[in-house]
Amino acid sequence: MSTVAPVGDAALPAVLDEWEPVIGLEIHVQLATASKAFSPSGVAFGAPPNSLTDPLVLGLPGTLPVFNRRALELAVRLGVATSSKIRARSRFARKHYFYPDLPKGYQISQYDEPLCEDGAIDVLVGTRRMAIRLQRIHLEEDAGKSSHEGATSHLDLNRAGVPLVEVVTAPELASAEEAAELMRSIHRLVRWLEISEADMEKGQLRCDANVSVRRRGEDRLGTRTELKNINSFRFVQKAIEHEILRQIRILETGGRILRETRLWDAMGGVSFPMRSKEEANDYRYFPDPDLPPLVVDAQIMGAVLGTLPELPGPRFERYQRELGVSPDDARTLVSERPLAEYFEAAVAARRPEAAVGVRGRAVANWLLTELLGALNGDDKAIGDSPLSPASLAELVDLIEDGTISGKIGKDVFESCYASGQSPAAYVESKGLRQISNEAELLKIIEQVLVTCAKQAADYRAGKEGLFGFFVGQVMKATGGRANPQLTSELMLRALKS
Amino acid sequence: MSDLCHLSLVEQARRVAVGGATARELVDAHLARIDALDPRVHAFLHVDRDGARAAAEQIDARRSRGDKLGPLAGVPIGIKDVVVTKGQPTTAASRMLAGWTPPYDAAVVERLRAADAILIGKQNCDEFGMGSSTENSAQGPTRNPWDLERIPGGSSGGSAAAVAAGFCAASIGTDTGGSIRQPSSMCGVVGLKPTYGRVSRWGLIAYASSLDQIGPMTRTVEDAALLLELIAGHDPRDSTSLVDAVPKYRSKLTSGVVAGTKIGLPAEYFGDGIDPAVRAVLDRTISVMRDAGARFVSLSLPHTRLALPTYYLLACAEASSNLSRYDGIRYGQRVERKGASLADVYRDSRSAGFGAEVKRRIMLGTFALRAGYYDAYYRKAQQVRALIKRDFDEAFAQVDVLLTPTAPTAAFGIGETTTPMEMYLGDVFTLACNLAGLPGLSVPVGLTPAGLPVGAQLLGKPLDELTLLKAGRALEQRCELSPRWPDLGEVEGAS
Amino acid sequence: MAELTAHEVSEIAHLAMLTLSAEEAETMRLELSAILESMTALAAVDTSSVVPMTHAVPMDLRLRADVVEPSLPVEVALGAAPARAEDAFVVPVVISEA
Ligand SMILES: [Mg+2]
Ligand SMILES: [Zn+2]
Repeated sequence: MSTVAPVGDAALPAVLDEWEPVIGLEIHVQLATASKAFSPSGVAFGAPPNSLTDPLVLGLPGTLPVFNRRALELAVRLGVATSSKIRARSRFARKHYFYPDLPKGYQISQYDEPLCEDGAIDVLVGTRRMAIRLQRIHLEEDAGKSSHEGATSHLDLNRAGVPLVEVVTAPELASAEEAAELMRSIHRLVRWLEISEADMEKGQLRCDANVSVRRRGEDRLGTRTELKNINSFRFVQKAIEHEILRQIRILETGGRILRETRLWDAMGGVSFPMRSKEEANDYRYFPDPDLPPLVVDAQIMGAVLGTLPELPGPRFERYQRELGVSPDDARTLVSERPLAEYFEAAVAARRPEAAVGVRGRAVANWLLTELLGALNGDDKAIGDSPLSPASLAELVDLIEDGTISGKIGKDVFESCYASGQSPAAYVESKGLRQISNEAELLKIIEQVLVTCAKQAADYRAGKEGLFGFFVGQVMKATGGRANPQLTSELMLRALKS
Repeated sequence: MSDLCHLSLVEQARRVAVGGATARELVDAHLARIDALDPRVHAFLHVDRDGARAAAEQIDARRSRGDKLGPLAGVPIGIKDVVVTKGQPTTAASRMLAGWTPPYDAAVVERLRAADAILIGKQNCDEFGMGSSTENSAQGPTRNPWDLERIPGGSSGGSAAAVAAGFCAASIGTDTGGSIRQPSSMCGVVGLKPTYGRVSRWGLIAYASSLDQIGPMTRTVEDAALLLELIAGHDPRDSTSLVDAVPKYRSKLTSGVVAGTKIGLPAEYFGDGIDPAVRAVLDRTISVMRDAGARFVSLSLPHTRLALPTYYLLACAEASSNLSRYDGIRYGQRVERKGASLADVYRDSRSAGFGAEVKRRIMLGTFALRAGYYDAYYRKAQQVRALIKRDFDEAFAQVDVLLTPTAPTAAFGIGETTTPMEMYLGDVFTLACNLAGLPGLSVPVGLTPAGLPVGAQLLGKPLDELTLLKAGRALEQRCELSPRWPDLGEVEGAS
Repeated sequence: MAELTAHEVSEIAHLAMLTLSAEEAETMRLELSAILESMTALAAVDTSSVVPMTHAVPMDLRLRADVVEPSLPVEVALGAAPARAEDAFVVPVVISEA
């Protein structure tokens, strides 16, 4: 995951001493179902326009909605993972507005009885773990897409009816950076739980931001604007920072903030107010008479609870506490579930003698530097690693028990990464086992001292800087297999005798 | 009178099954009658002459090969034009949908096709089912076969008139506030609104989703029983469809015994608003039934007077939502002036496509759902709806069925009713049944001195259609109209 | 609140996406006012302890399995469109900014 982009406007930090931003996000997440929320046509990105429709998607007269069980399970999964209260009976409502991408003239959504309320999500700002409160998570259907063609717009309804959850945070994010981190946390969490692919470029994760500012120390919230259309991670922070600054400038010059919806234009790096007519909406919500109350019964809760993995936040802490992993490494390890699962599998595969408190540290090092480096170079995901978690564990064990040196370890890694072979077998077959046998090493040391008698004499005469030379000669003679520590000890003894 | 065309549906089906008539003969007889008489009645918006003949020939061919045929093989059935039919135009009697042919069949249409019924055509109605006279059709009114200067009732007026006139063996109607029962009463036919959820709404063009229900309109109670049996039952495409098993209504329909049946007479349905001629027919009906052994119990449904405002609030609110989809973009009427904006296209298309009554109901419903008004109107009406339902629950703890007039008057003259409120009052006896989700049956029980049919309404417990049908059978046997059918003159070519 | 104002009628028409001529609007105002008048009876009913009835028959939502069925062919999906391009419905440009 990319790091936090630098603050674009140098003026921002200074004015923030005086002004306090208050930010809330509404995040739409597409649920990973095969079919639509309320009808059976398929869901796919990039299909030919209007090729994934059915009578309900088109809003044909006489059609009726039937809700998708999978969508409910995925939404409940997110609710449980965010410690939300899950309503045993929630309700679908109709939200009315006229827009060409909304075929029925209303969106089936949830209003006063949403599926989930009062949850929280772990956000890692840097390596600080904080909880952001979620007001609600509700189910709804997506709209279609329109594209401009001169004086007309073309409508593609493939996306209409795709199931979404809308996650609404409490208005308590204090900076654009926190907002951006929150988006990353949602992205990580829904991917972690296999609720959504959450690819922002495909519109599977979208964000609207409610932004206001007030003078520090003031209780009353300022007038807020709603920023729509923030469709990439990069722009979440940028768009919000831009809006914070825009509002501060207006207020500092004696102006008033208009309560309006603004569209973020990523190309120009600016936002535009949407037409005020669109603002005059009264959505006329009412319970959808076609859909009886949505019941989350024991069967659905059981299915969700039975498949819920440990979440990134607790893992972030456990890796540090129990496995000796550094905060930075822990943050990286929990950035995506396959990486964390790989890590845990490798830790579990280590020999039982490995010291528990630190058994993860070396694995994390090898995983995050060597393995990820190699995979990145090959443009491969962790799931495609030619080196299995057990092999990585084996490699770490071989180094820690002295069978091979760390230096040989890198060679072994490279060979086994390329061949997929087990490190132990490779070490055996290539005779790379470290020489830790005193008698064997002494024989080689004697040989070196004979061959390098002059240097030995110099050393003994006080040129102690030559010590490394002797160790190097042993390494050279053994092809690097000599146990470095033992070699040093024996060499020192031999030179002093 | 063309003999075949006034046979009951059951008898028509029997004749085809035993070879007493071919499907082609049945279809030709009905088409001849439609061609000769419907120009005066205007029951149909579309007659599928070629399709009906082709389907009939297929059935006859299958029969001659010895293939098994469905229970409605060869029987011509008409469909109210708010029910979608694949390949036959469906307009809901609105300009908005002029020229639209649905790409799918309603669930009820699928079931009729599976039973080998002949779908002879689409029937006139009030636009989107909104009305009580079939005068609100974009294609002009249907006339009552008993008196062509009068309305047939509505909104399923074309369907009722077609059954009375012998244009089809039966019709499929829809009932949101009385739209099956009231026109059945005014045209002297049998009309059944089943329990909400009993018949799938998949393919029923929604007017008010929590009230709409599809049901049979027939010439006999037995026909209604058979047709209900074939169209009822669970449909996974309708989230409000009931899963309960469907009884064999027709075979369980014992012949007209009412001895011991407890029939409630709610005081509120026999008050001032009833036309004396209707009242007289009902009084006679009650005494005939009492003689036959029925036990009558007077009772009260105290919230009845609130049913009308409650109904119009809820129905219009749901309608305003359901009719949002008509925007001239994906199908239907579009008005696009040169240089028009998107909003212009919406407004122009909707303003030109909808008739006055539809606009009035959309406006009323939009009003009731506005932020700040919702609690005082829509939510309040839902609460009163619960009270109306409770009245019925209490009544059905005492009695088996309720008997009331179906409508306060017999058929009135075309153009006679001028204000919306006056028209709405005509539904005053039928709409509580929809609010409570109950089954209701209208059975013809007599004629006024002016020779206009009068129906009695039977209301029953949820899913207790069988008791209604049994009681209706008793009414039918003891209170038959005389003459039974309107005289529209002879038709040449009809057998 | 039984008597609607002309302004309210125009607000409602705006929400409902209907254009009413001045004459239609006035007729509508009078008719709606009369209908609303009949609805004032509801306000007098004590419903403080009544749960709103949203469905005619009480039931829980049944769910469908997440199974894909064939889509409508594009030709059928677009077949009834009053205005279309080769593969899309066409409308006057959707203006989303000022
Ligand atoms: Mg929102
Ligand atoms: Zn949303």
